[in-house]
Amino acid sequence: MISAEVFLTFILMLSIFLGFELINKVPATLHTPLMSGANAISGITVVGAISLAGNGQHDVANWLGAAAVALASINVVGGYMVTDRMLAMFKKKGS
Amino acid sequence: MENLIQYSYVVAAALFIYGLKQLGSPATARRGNGISAVAMLIAVVAALLDQGIVEYQYIAIGFVVGALIGGAAARLVEMTAMPEMVALFNGFGGMASLLVGWAALAPGAGTFTLVTIILSILIGGVTFTGSLVAYGKLSEKIGSGAVLFSGQQVVNSLIVLGILAGAVMFCLQPDNHIWLYLVVALSLVFGIMVVIPIGGADMPVVISLLNSYSGLAACAAGFAVNNNILIVAGSLVGASGIILTQIMCKAMNRSLSNVLFSGFGSGKTETSVVEGEIKPISAEDAYYILEAATNVAIIPGYGMAVAQAQHVVKELAELLEANGAEVNFGIHPVAGRMPGHMNVLLAEADVPYDQLLEMDDINPRMENVDVAIVIGANDVVNPAARENEGSPIYGMPVINVDKARTVFVLKRSMASGFAGIENPLFYKDNTRMLFGDAKESIGHLVREFS
Repeated sequence: MISAEVFLTFILMLSIFLGFELINKVPATLHTPLMSGANAISGITVVGAISLAGNGQHDVANWLGAAAVALASINVVGGYMVTDRMLAMFKKKGS
Repeated sequence: MENLIQYSYVVAAALFIYGLKQLGSPATARRGNGISAVAMLIAVVAALLDQGIVEYQYIAIGFVVGALIGGAAARLVEMTAMPEMVALFNGFGGMASLLVGWAALAPGAGTFTLVTIILSILIGGVTFTGSLVAYGKLSEKIGSGAVLFSGQQVVNSLIVLGILAGAVMFCLQPDNHIWLYLVVALSLVFGIMVVIPIGGADMPVVISLLNSYSGLAACAAGFAVNNNILIVAGSLVGASGIILTQIMCKAMNRSLSNVLFSGFGSGKTETSVVEGEIKPISAEDAYYILEAATNVAIIPGYGMAVAQAQHVVKELAELLEANGAEVNFGIHPVAGRMPGHMNVLLAEADVPYDQLLEMDDINPRMENVDVAIVIGANDVVNPAARENEGSPIYGMPVINVDKARTVFVLKRSMASGFAGIENPLFYKDNTRMLFGDAKESIGHLVREFS
């Protein structure tokens, strides 16, 4: 049986290589939306925060989790919205 | 149920990857962002279905507060203020990861978990305060110059040692919270210390790096709470930030460590005497030259953003095209305060993206350009980077505007650029200086045309 740690590290390694391949192809003109879009994705921490905010323990972890949900939600909602706002402005000549 | 949740994460990961792939072309980028948002929604819903969640009020409150703040910021922010907003958002992401790492600390955690907890606290904390300082510098709420003091390296080394010692002690005695607090505090201090010595013109590098950290912090938090989707999404962001950092460093011909550890221009070597004289030009005379031009290149810099001149620049470009000239924009990778900053501003002003050329595309065409108009850019068009081996920016790739037949430089005054380096471009025979606020000067040209 493979331990969970090895399994997670394996996923990490593959994702990093995949990330490099994906991002290398993004043209310079899209670097700002790429960055704010990536920022929204880094709000994925919200998933970890949710499990801690809702465990019903009413302890410190609970409060920390709730604060983390709020902060990560700023990232997620703000990040996707502002990226969409920017990308809507990019137009090809004549369109 | 548990399996359903895990499979949902697999779907979310696939959509994140596909969304990022779509982000690789301007034509599909908006859809890509939408796909990535759907992935996020799936991941969040899956997380809410978890059996461990017995009450929803804290989650709901947190989400509503965050969504309102984020939504309002996204709607209201000016495109010129995009760098500071991205910096601030990065900081929130880092803080969220710090809190998740902290909250994940439970009695009886194994060493591997403890190490990942301390990593998410460390990276998250550095990202948080580092981003706040970057935000302050970008929005000019604090001075944007490099802050250097004697003994800085010693202080930083002591902080690093303190963090290492605290981290080791935390792993040995996880129940003694003093070590945890020590690492939290020192990480926050370290975030400030690493960003203050970096000057405003190097911000594109810093903001890219902090972007990467916010992803890596999410990654570490993923290990701490044992969650695949955090690791996948976090490392995608981490990789993206690292690539942008590399591109920015390459565009400045500097190594990352040089950017991070030496305030630019602090170790000044030479100031060679520039020969020639400044030749000012009036807007009327500039108009006559532009009117006869058939090939015009516009090179914007941070000054265009400061003057909010992008809309009037677009007007001028349209008039020139109507007059029969070919108009292109040349964008240096580090023009502005974040990667791609100029492109977004010009897109906001409705300039089509296929008219925006990267440095390597515009340079070979420069000899055929009748008039190159430099708007609020300085170091990125400085020929000293090519010609003067003693210059601090020697070797940095620049846009060779001096090879155009005529160069107009729009500038407020003769003050040197951020790096404080003399620019021989201003003294060349084919250069004319159009002094004044960029927006007003271009507005003047536009009125001459119409």
